[in-house]
Amino acid sequence: MDGGHLGVKFVGDRHLRKEDPRLLTGRGRYVGDIALPGMLHAVLLRSPHAHARIRRVDAARARAYPAVVDVVCFADLGAAGRALPMVPPHAELRGHNFSALAGDRARYVGEPVAAVVAESRYAAEDARELLEVEYEPLPSAQTLAPGAPAVHEEIPDNVAGRVTLARGDVEAALRAAPRVASLRLRIGRGGGQPMETRGLVADWNAALDQLTVWASSQVPHQIRQFVADLLDLAPHQVRVIAPDVGGGFGAKLIVYPEDVLIPFLARRLARPVRWIEDRLEHMLAATQEREQEHEVTVGFDDAGRLLALRDHFVHDTGAYTPRGLVVPLLTASMLTGPYRIAAVESSFESRYTHRVPVTPYRGAGQPQAVFAIERVLDLVARETGRDRAQVRLANLVRAEDMPWDTGLPNYRGSGHVVLDSGDLPSVLRRALESARYDALAAEAAAARAQGRLVGVGVACYVELTGVGPFESARVRVDPAGRITAFSGATTQGQGLETTLAQIAADELGVTPEDVTVIAGDTAGVEHGTGSFASRAAVVGGSAVALAARDVSAKARLLAAKALGCVESELEQAGAAFADRRRPERRVTFAELARLAGAATAALGVEPGLESTRFFQPTDMAYSSGAHVALVELDALSACVRILGYWISHDSGRLINPLVVEGQIQGAVALGIGSALLEEITYDEAGQLLAGSYMDYLLPTATDVPTMAIEHLETLSPLNPLGLKGVGESGALPVPAVLAAAIEDAVGPAGGRVTRMPLGPARLLDLLPPAPLLPGGGFLADDRPFSKLVKRVVFLALLSLIGPAMSAAVEGACCG
Amino acid sequence: MRPAPFEYFAPRTVEDALDLLARHGGDAKLLAGGQSLVPMMNMRLVRPAVVVDLNRVAALGDVREEAGRLRLGALVRQHALELDGRIAATAPLLAEAAPLIGHLQTRARGTVGGSLVHADPAAELPACMIALDAVFHLRSRRGQRACAARDFFRGLLATALAPDELLAEIEVPGAPVPRPGHGFAEVARRHGDFALAGACAVLALDAAGVCRHARLVIFGVGDGPHLARATAGLVGERPSAARLAEVGRATAGEIDARGDLHATAEYRRRVAAGLAARALGSAATRAEVA
Amino acid sequence: MTARPGATAHDIAVIVNGTERRARVIPRMLLADVIREEWGLTGTHLGCEHGACGACTVLVDGEPTRSCLVFAVQADGCRVDTVEGLAGDGPALHPLQEAFRARHALQCGFCTPGILMTLVAYLRLHPAPSETEIREALSGNLCRCTGYQHIVQAALDEAAAGWTAATSA
Repeated sequence: MDGGHLGVKFVGDRHLRKEDPRLLTGRGRYVGDIALPGMLHAVLLRSPHAHARIRRVDAARARAYPAVVDVVCFADLGAAGRALPMVPPHAELRGHNFSALAGDRARYVGEPVAAVVAESRYAAEDARELLEVEYEPLPSAQTLAPGAPAVHEEIPDNVAGRVTLARGDVEAALRAAPRVASLRLRIGRGGGQPMETRGLVADWNAALDQLTVWASSQVPHQIRQFVADLLDLAPHQVRVIAPDVGGGFGAKLIVYPEDVLIPFLARRLARPVRWIEDRLEHMLAATQEREQEHEVTVGFDDAGRLLALRDHFVHDTGAYTPRGLVVPLLTASMLTGPYRIAAVESSFESRYTHRVPVTPYRGAGQPQAVFAIERVLDLVARETGRDRAQVRLANLVRAEDMPWDTGLPNYRGSGHVVLDSGDLPSVLRRALESARYDALAAEAAAARAQGRLVGVGVACYVELTGVGPFESARVRVDPAGRITAFSGATTQGQGLETTLAQIAADELGVTPEDVTVIAGDTAGVEHGTGSFASRAAVVGGSAVALAARDVSAKARLLAAKALGCVESELEQAGAAFADRRRPERRVTFAELARLAGAATAALGVEPGLESTRFFQPTDMAYSSGAHVALVELDALSACVRILGYWISHDSGRLINPLVVEGQIQGAVALGIGSALLEEITYDEAGQLLAGSYMDYLLPTATDVPTMAIEHLETLSPLNPLGLKGVGESGALPVPAVLAAAIEDAVGPAGGRVTRMPLGPARLLDLLPPAPLLPGGGFLADDRPFSKLVKRVVFLALLSLIGPAMSAAVEGACCG
Repeated sequence: MRPAPFEYFAPRTVEDALDLLARHGGDAKLLAGGQSLVPMMNMRLVRPAVVVDLNRVAALGDVREEAGRLRLGALVRQHALELDGRIAATAPLLAEAAPLIGHLQTRARGTVGGSLVHADPAAELPACMIALDAVFHLRSRRGQRACAARDFFRGLLATALAPDELLAEIEVPGAPVPRPGHGFAEVARRHGDFALAGACAVLALDAAGVCRHARLVIFGVGDGPHLARATAGLVGERPSAARLAEVGRATAGEIDARGDLHATAEYRRRVAAGLAARALGSAATRAEVA
Repeated sequence: MTARPGATAHDIAVIVNGTERRARVIPRMLLADVIREEWGLTGTHLGCEHGACGACTVLVDGEPTRSCLVFAVQADGCRVDTVEGLAGDGPALHPLQEAFRARHALQCGFCTPGILMTLVAYLRLHPAPSETEIREALSGNLCRCTGYQHIVQAALDEAAAGWTAATSA
């Protein structure tokens, strides 16, 4: 494997993480751990109505409560109350964004209406109860059907945008197709749900005229920009730091009202202010995603080849569009996934509802696209009587087709979705081999013949990764010899402190332990984008590589000058160079940095042993993968148990396979949650029904199986190290593969899976009609010691299935 | 979320606790394990002006076994049901249900009495206690009284406990004779969650294999635990799988099932029928070898 | 003493990681808040504040306990052990922490202290658990990052090595 010009030592290594000792010993520093002298505590009053006019906010009793310092509502914000900008804009978007506090109208339950600031969190919550707000509740839009009440007055049809993407003439192709079939699919809302909720600490330093903001965020540079704009400050007056962040998953991807409000409060009160979101607030007010209703029509032939695909969907965008049309554009543009389809039309309507806004969470519109196309493939397989894996192989883009232009515009509008590299049939074959697919399918069929509901599913995906516009890196050797790599990306658990250090170490000829990575601090790099869309390692890593390469080159140049030799005579040993001919003559990085610090014109270089570089990807890099799942449903309760799970993936060059495995496993777990456990539901009045962890069920250790992961690496041509993102990969095909396995388990007499998630009632509806067996459940049996008999037969089947199965753990998950 | 303010007392004796209850009445809440009460207080769904912490009343934490009867102080922690051999010996149903009650952390602190008094319709312990013919000893400053478990649960989160009373002790009779068996089965969305439906059963057969005693309790389906009426027909018969299944179905039909976010009423009733048959089947199997 | 209900302060003394700590608390102060804010031990985290996620798990008198569901005043006279006490004073990590690092059993680290404390208590009582038993023991701790697989492997590694079980409760 080759990488940086100095030879790869650490990229590709299962390097243990540098951040772990700190995090394991409780010395992580999350925003809730930051305590500043004189710090105040803010809590927010949120609208209890999905749609209401806010007539009056009476803060008198709240202000009078002991230890309360201030109460702020929209009228107090002034210019800071302007709507936050929307990113990115789109020609078709009729967009609206929220402001730091709701003004005359609340548009979702949970929209912030007022802030109470007090000496303690406890007092602030007490005082919040004394706020008197006069609301005039209004009818609210809780459905995607036309005719719902308007969320924004000048958009009476609630359409935030309508887009059609097309390749070829799909109508003609459908008419010409030998066979045509249709599906209606529905996916429900869910959320990222990081274990750490959102939060900020803001501190206005009057002496420096500077605002420092610690934010549990994926986008500190964006926060800086929005705060500077809305608070009328220059960018250099605002420093935003994402400290240790306890997970993001998209929930911390946008700039929220609170991200402007809390800095505003700190400035107004001239005292530091801390706001930590509580979990119930997070359930209400953190953005959500996934809800779409699809109508898909496919034209195909008897060999199972896809000839035409038309998908129209309605997308629920919630009350505002902070991320414009990004999510439905991702779904629409990624519809064909890894498959070759000549004629495609993918269109959507994004509709406003009086619900919390929809912005990407792990997967970002792609799980919906994967669900649609994979359901289509299973349908085609069923209709043509062909094996589901074979139908996929027949339609997959092949290695020789790469780069493959899908013909659909990408979500950024910067070109088409072009799969840059990969060998999709090999990826699928590797997963099938790993799972012993043919034997597995046969064993599942044998179990079904015995009355058990056992099934196998397979699903493939490609994932869009490494989005621009850019990421930044500044690599610096200081006069003490410390090497620091500053990145515009942020850490949220994905190991950047280690992986970026691995990259820098290879370029610089040192070890990862010699490089300190500081991510997510706007003081570290002036421009940055952040961590989302599986981009941090790809784009951030590429920028670090470029900057470190520059530093290495400059160090060699300076070393040659300092040692009076030519660069080809230099020998590097760690952070020092020696003259090969006279090895006692050495110069360290520290000495070179001091030399560079006083660079004269004669030295011929600019001061500083450092470099700031940006990586601006010319296009997205596409990862790919295939999952195989073995499930069993309980005949009585319809509970799903995942008995085995096999993954193959191609995410380009792996910087750290250990980190990659963790990312995939975590994303699959989140996918299992979105398929079987997690559903955000609202009542007709827009009240959240799944309002706490009693009702919104996250997967636990007993719900997630042990997974086998196979790595393939086809390097991306789009960046210097051949990287592709992987952070979201695991989540993309999970609903699809579980749907397929469940359908296989219930057999032809059972139901078809057309919606996600699948709770107990929906699973029950899928079971084939059958007389309820006397004992119920698995292998119901009339004889005494029936349980023993069941156990023996089950174990016998397990031994037939072999090592792959016995390595799997029964992840019991009654969806 | 943080609770509203309250005054706190930590009495050391039952008498002191009862005095506090008598004095503060409806303004006071008793704090045992806190696994149900404190979340509600943090969410400000309940806001007692006074909290009487029972955790320092040592007398309430005893486990005693007398003449084959178990006497559990209300503050006995739920994990004692798994760990204390006397409980497993006298009332194996409790030991079987215990690992499915919540999680490790909640069982370490949550109490037997607390779960009973909270009376969540999907909780395991109320149902088990009814199946075991347990008797609850309630105390107030006015005196004490015994209440059969089957009479204690009065509907959704409601019990027979008066505002000035506390549940002091749970008395569990020994296993029915001569050949006892127990069974337990539940379905939950995730391990440790409240049951969508569950069943516990206690049977006794005689030397000839004829059923002499049958209790079946379904939980998670209605507003509270439901003691089956249909089991009456099992007494005097030799149980068969088909008969047990019939009893299970009939029992499920006795319940006014409720639907919620997690499962419909129909789902609960269907699953309850099957679980009842399973629990009865386990009980019969165990009794056969007893 | 003021007339406002709940304002009576209580003095508590708690043995925290082997050292006596004191605090003056009002009744509604959560143990988690006193540990974090009063005693500066911010390793214990609050993920949900309603007893569902397990991030706040500490040991109270050796028992794994959700510190968001205990009022600080209740901990008077008790032993409380937090993640900061696991590694001791030197640079070496506790064997369970080492196992976590070796297996990449943490990502963002927010749930990790609660999981470590749960496992320490569990492995002392159950030195030779099966994979299923470990998963069940962890069912009260939510992790959104890892998918649990590496956590389970680390716990099995450490159970096999036997260090945690050998230490006294």
